[in-house]
Amino acid sequence: MKRRDFLKSVSGLAAGAALPMAPAVMSSAKADARSETLLIVSEGGPNNLDIHGIGTNVPGYEVSWNCYDRLISHEMKSGPGGVPYYDRDKFKPELAEDMTIGDMSATFKLRKNAKFHDGTPVTAKDVKWSLDRAVSVGGFPTFQMSAGSLTKTEQFVIVDDHTVRVDFLKKDRLTIPDLAVIVPCVVNSELVKKNATEKDPWGLEYTKQQTAGSGAYKVTKWTAGTEVIMERNDDWVCGPLPKIKRVIWRMVPQAGNRRALLERGDADISYELPNKDFQEMKSNGKHTVISLPISNGIQYIGMNVTKPPFDNPKVRQALAYAMPYQKIIDAVMFGLANPMFGAPADKATEVAWPQPTKYATDMEKAKALLAEAGYAQGFETTISFDLNFAQVNEPLCVLVQESLAQLGIKTTINKVPGANWRTELNKKEMPLFTNIFSGWLDYPEYFFYWCYHGNNSVFNTMSYKSPEMDKLINGARDAAATGDKATYDADVKGFVDLAFAEVPRIPLYQPFVNVAMQKNISGYQYWFHRRLDYRALVKG
Amino acid sequence: MLSLIAKRLAFAIPSLIGVVIVTFLLTRALPGDPAAYFAGPAATKEAVEQIRKKLGFDKPLVEQFFRYTVDLAHGDLGSSLTTGQPVATEIRNRLPASAELTLLGLLVSVAIALPLGVLAATRPGSWIDHTCRVVTTAGVSLPVFFTGLVLVYVFYFRLGWSPAPLGRLDVFYSAPNNVTGFYLIDTLIARDGEAFRSALSQLILPAATLAIFSLAPIARMTRASMLAVLSSEFVRTARASGLSPSTVTVTYAFRNAMLPVITTLSMVFSFLLGANVLVEKVFAWPGIGSYAVEALIASDFAPVQGFVLTMAVMYVILNLVIDILYGVIDPRVRLEG
Repeated sequence: MKRRDFLKSVSGLAAGAALPMAPAVMSSAKADARSETLLIVSEGGPNNLDIHGIGTNVPGYEVSWNCYDRLISHEMKSGPGGVPYYDRDKFKPELAEDMTIGDMSATFKLRKNAKFHDGTPVTAKDVKWSLDRAVSVGGFPTFQMSAGSLTKTEQFVIVDDHTVRVDFLKKDRLTIPDLAVIVPCVVNSELVKKNATEKDPWGLEYTKQQTAGSGAYKVTKWTAGTEVIMERNDDWVCGPLPKIKRVIWRMVPQAGNRRALLERGDADISYELPNKDFQEMKSNGKHTVISLPISNGIQYIGMNVTKPPFDNPKVRQALAYAMPYQKIIDAVMFGLANPMFGAPADKATEVAWPQPTKYATDMEKAKALLAEAGYAQGFETTISFDLNFAQVNEPLCVLVQESLAQLGIKTTINKVPGANWRTELNKKEMPLFTNIFSGWLDYPEYFFYWCYHGNNSVFNTMSYKSPEMDKLINGARDAAATGDKATYDADVKGFVDLAFAEVPRIPLYQPFVNVAMQKNISGYQYWFHRRLDYRALVKG
Repeated sequence: MLSLIAKRLAFAIPSLIGVVIVTFLLTRALPGDPAAYFAGPAATKEAVEQIRKKLGFDKPLVEQFFRYTVDLAHGDLGSSLTTGQPVATEIRNRLPASAELTLLGLLVSVAIALPLGVLAATRPGSWIDHTCRVVTTAGVSLPVFFTGLVLVYVFYFRLGWSPAPLGRLDVFYSAPNNVTGFYLIDTLIARDGEAFRSALSQLILPAATLAIFSLAPIARMTRASMLAVLSSEFVRTARASGLSPSTVTVTYAFRNAMLPVITTLSMVFSFLLGANVLVEKVFAWPGIGSYAVEALIASDFAPVQGFVLTMAVMYVILNLVIDILYGVIDPRVRLEG
């Protein structure tokens, strides 16, 4: 080949490669498929299709929620902005067609026509096996079951083929709600048992890779880290047949691209965008952006109360007055959060959680309190945060650092890698840190039991111990179980007041869960788990 | 030749053993506790311990290492905790995605960089030489994710010429039967023209991003080595003997200038394969780089070890191929067998 020819061919090739492709022409069959298919994009995908598995991540919960049924579920009510919001106090039957709650047990009658994806009927033994599995596998599912005093396999009794009884260990207001969370899902016991091994009696390895439920959707293809494809189960009987035939859920790591996909109309729904993007999309009005407060989620600044200087309540109060609350809401959250500060001084404490504290940014008061505590010159400390949520945590900590510097408190920022964060929290040695907690069960006493009780759970990140607090929390729990409203109200008010007076943790704001979708998508419902319920969604 | 290859492979064994030991120790030395991570946010101390036991991380290091090597000998690289899949399968699925992208990017880059470098060397100081300088400087100074995002912004978001950056295929096409793992080839084998077009159009932007980045070293190396060869005595002799300029440049000079270029190519290739994480992230490409980084973030040992090991094996093979290529291009450097 002559050099000139060679060059010609090479440059021709280069030009060809650089030429953009014309937009792909879609065949009409593909266009039809598009109108019945929902394309969801998010940063992360599931690592396990079964919530009972070891270390199933949050995206995995979404699969479980849509592909498995539970005995009961929640009714919807109208939430903030008219968006359907799950009703904490009202239950509706799902796999059960009837629920009778007795004094120390609840009886569920199963739908006779419900079938698993492989066609076998759902019977009482499947329900028992599934609930037994949830309380036995250990880890998160077992922990969640225990939150509703469901801990022993003897509690689940087969009455007949289509009747199951759940016996209560003790009176606990959370037992019934706990049967409506994601964990107590009903699994096809025969199918899974067939695929179980001696080392893995509950068949976790099998259900990790495929769904074995009776739910409205079933996973037809899953490529970890890339996509999940779910098809509608046309034989689903536990509710009206969903409108969406197929759900394609793609993982798109780059937030900017997720937004571009929405803006161009290629993707239908996206979550996990930066707050700034959500705010911009909200104001330009081309998409539906739903922002709802996370039912009992609170971002807070925690202080380790076992070590000086934070063992002194005065220092903690000083910090509570020194937080740049409004700046954080404006500059970090772009307004997508409810303030948890600045309640009027004369406002009575409510029997509700979360509710704002009476603290507000007041540097003079903070200085005075710090001087009273004997730290007029300030001190040095470290503020830690979880790098997995750096988008919010990093600017937040910088603002706090800046504000504390005015009090003479020198803070170094310690960025903890996500893999290490829980280990660090468990050690309970970080003096100052920011974190977020939100529970599925939206009850004040539940939140306080995990976050403020002296039994020092993982979430009591401050190692806060107070006999008075424990008494109030236990009192509220007992009162709730027996329906003693007066005592309950008094105790809830009591522990909220105490938590605000001693401030082992400073509530900053209640974040929003944000979902952006095309205008032709409707039917979004807010659930306690904050993931999507495909069953209610409609396209077009 | 065969004995040469066998000998080279035998030399690689100690370095592979070294890689196995070092990655094992390094992943263990990483901060972060996988058991706590995977026990979930709600885990109690007992639950963390339970999971640690299940994962076998409660055993002494020596025992863990012994188990790991035994599994390795059976071809088992362990299971990833983040994706829940066996590492070997994942790497097998993801490596072709990365390789297809990297090879195409490299091909485009070579197609532009070689002529550019040759032209720049034959006409030093001319406009083409300056173009070469500008292009290479720009290519190397623009970070890949930036080029990638700009390309997505212009060609997808603004102009709409390019398909959505959603990985290897449009969402409504199903992947072809896995033969080579290269979608361009597999779709052709399956005679699925539409899927081929989709796969190709998905590839263009990421490949262009990689090409822009890898243009610089190849063009610069071609130019430098061509300059050296063109000023050497045998070229002067060839010119003096009245050979046509194209014969002199292509047949005599270019062939002799190829050796350092090939070396650079091999380095660029292996570098791109492991380091195109950012491109993979931008284009949601299910490649091996993003897999390894995600695993690293989660302290997920098995995929990291599997990734490093795969890369080490690839380096060994690549080096071997390059050495053989040397011999083909320049008989003088043929290795002793």
